[in-house]
Amino acid sequence: MKASRILLLAAAVAIAAPAVAFAQSKSSAKSAAQVKRGEYLVVTGLCHDCHTPLKMGPNGPEPDMSRMLSGHPEDMQLPPAPAPSGPWIMSAAATLTAWAGPWGVSYTANLTPDPETGVLRDFTEEQFIKAMRTGKHQGQGRDILPPMPWPWIGKKTDEDLKAIFAYLRQIPPIKNKVPEPVLATAQ
Amino acid sequence: MPAQSNTRRRRTGYRASLIGVALAAVALLGGAAFARKPASRSAPELLRETGLYADIGRHQVDPGHLKFSPQYPLWSDGAVKRRWISLPARAAIDGSNPDVWAFPAGTRFWKEFSFGGRRIETRFMERQENGTWLYATYAWNEDQTEARLVSEKGKPKAFDFGGGRSHFIPGVNDCKSCHQGHPAEVLGFGTLQLSPARDPNAIHGEPMPAPGVDLKYLVENKLLKRFPRALLKKPPVIDGKTPTERTALGYLHGNCSHCHNDVGSMRNLGFSLRHVESPARKGAERTIATAVGQPVKGHVPGQAPDAKLRIEPGQPERSVLLQRMETRNPLVQMPPVGTAMPDEEAIRLVAQWIRDLESPVPSTGVSGKTAQTK
Repeated sequence: MKASRILLLAAAVAIAAPAVAFAQSKSSAKSAAQVKRGEYLVVTGLCHDCHTPLKMGPNGPEPDMSRMLSGHPEDMQLPPAPAPSGPWIMSAAATLTAWAGPWGVSYTANLTPDPETGVLRDFTEEQFIKAMRTGKHQGQGRDILPPMPWPWIGKKTDEDLKAIFAYLRQIPPIKNKVPEPVLATAQ
Repeated sequence: MPAQSNTRRRRTGYRASLIGVALAAVALLGGAAFARKPASRSAPELLRETGLYADIGRHQVDPGHLKFSPQYPLWSDGAVKRRWISLPARAAIDGSNPDVWAFPAGTRFWKEFSFGGRRIETRFMERQENGTWLYATYAWNEDQTEARLVSEKGKPKAFDFGGGRSHFIPGVNDCKSCHQGHPAEVLGFGTLQLSPARDPNAIHGEPMPAPGVDLKYLVENKLLKRFPRALLKKPPVIDGKTPTERTALGYLHGNCSHCHNDVGSMRNLGFSLRHVESPARKGAERTIATAVGQPVKGHVPGQAPDAKLRIEPGQPERSVLLQRMETRNPLVQMPPVGTAMPDEEAIRLVAQWIRDLESPVPSTGVSGKTAQTK
């Protein structure tokens, strides 16, 4: 009786273990595909344009991939932005990571998973999706400032936004404390 | 005969399979239709089309709608507010979970905001067949004869407060950022807010309008079903050590807990300002457990460097919660939407409560009202 129970248990383990391994490999294949899709969306969605600083190369400005998606460099101090003049109401730093306009001055965020300085450090996937849909920090907090094109990004499907989030959570973390924005209306 | 019998059997079988195919098709189509639940309707262009008024010219609200007032109202820069609910005929709210009421499809809410004796805006929510809520805001005209749907982005400068500040009529995303922070989505119409044991010291508390819509009224009129009997016998009251604590926690429930709770999308912060009735509460007010003496998770732009705790007992000036209530810097202010001016009365109350936390002594309400429960 006892031996048959042991046999039964062994059989169950023999069947279950490969099933679990299969499920795990399937899920890791899915997550790899999701990350790949996220990378594609980040690259073609022009996220690097503002979140990876430009540096001057032999052929002109090029993204500094050693600071990939880490936002405005903390060591880059900027003089006050030029005053808007006529229809020229916006200006940008040469890195394309600092922008000035009627709202004030905003600096692009560090999107890397750095636990201290990454803007997404406290975001859940759900909050990331809500943030892109509503233009609010974590989907419910302060407004995300211009020129972040969240109204367009927010039109992506849940699946695509989840893929972007999955990709951003596994890129190399870069410690870079982006300066606080300066609001024109701050009281 | 056997041949005829076989033919009949074949015909019967053919008919049966046709019926089977037809039934399967109907089931599939029905299933597809069910799966495609009706999309939510778009908001009407005019407030009158939402059904609020029997006669908008006389501002006469349909007498079938119920006027109500939550005991801990949301601060809206001093707006005078009126609220109504309309439930579909023979429908009732499911109160089996006292912390998350389920409203039937067709439920409508309106909230009217007046400044300086004039209607400025009316907000509208309607539960859709597919379970979502429709959100819309309507701006009143100069003549006060009509209110028209506001753009999805909201309407700035709807009323001038002076000093460069003005009332902003929220856009749909603003509505959602608060209302969708809690699974019920309805913020001012729930168990604590409609308790018959109202807090007499509640900040900006309003008298209960006729017909007295509270928990008892709703259950007796069969508008709230499956509501725990125990909560009718012993109406919910915030378990504060002092009347000031009760009122402060009530204020935070009414003004902050739609985002800061344990069940919405911000639950990962581990910061709840919501009074709950469920057993998960374990006898302690969540605000005390998750705010008092608890470190802030991050650093928001403009946050004072010496403020490290959400609430530091005895130290209101070093408590981040109070700092964020006091400012209207858009990057720091709390709540982040719906208010352009700090709520001075509430700031005094919460500061007093934080001071009392160091050595709790019973204090009267800061508004000077008698600290007695009805």
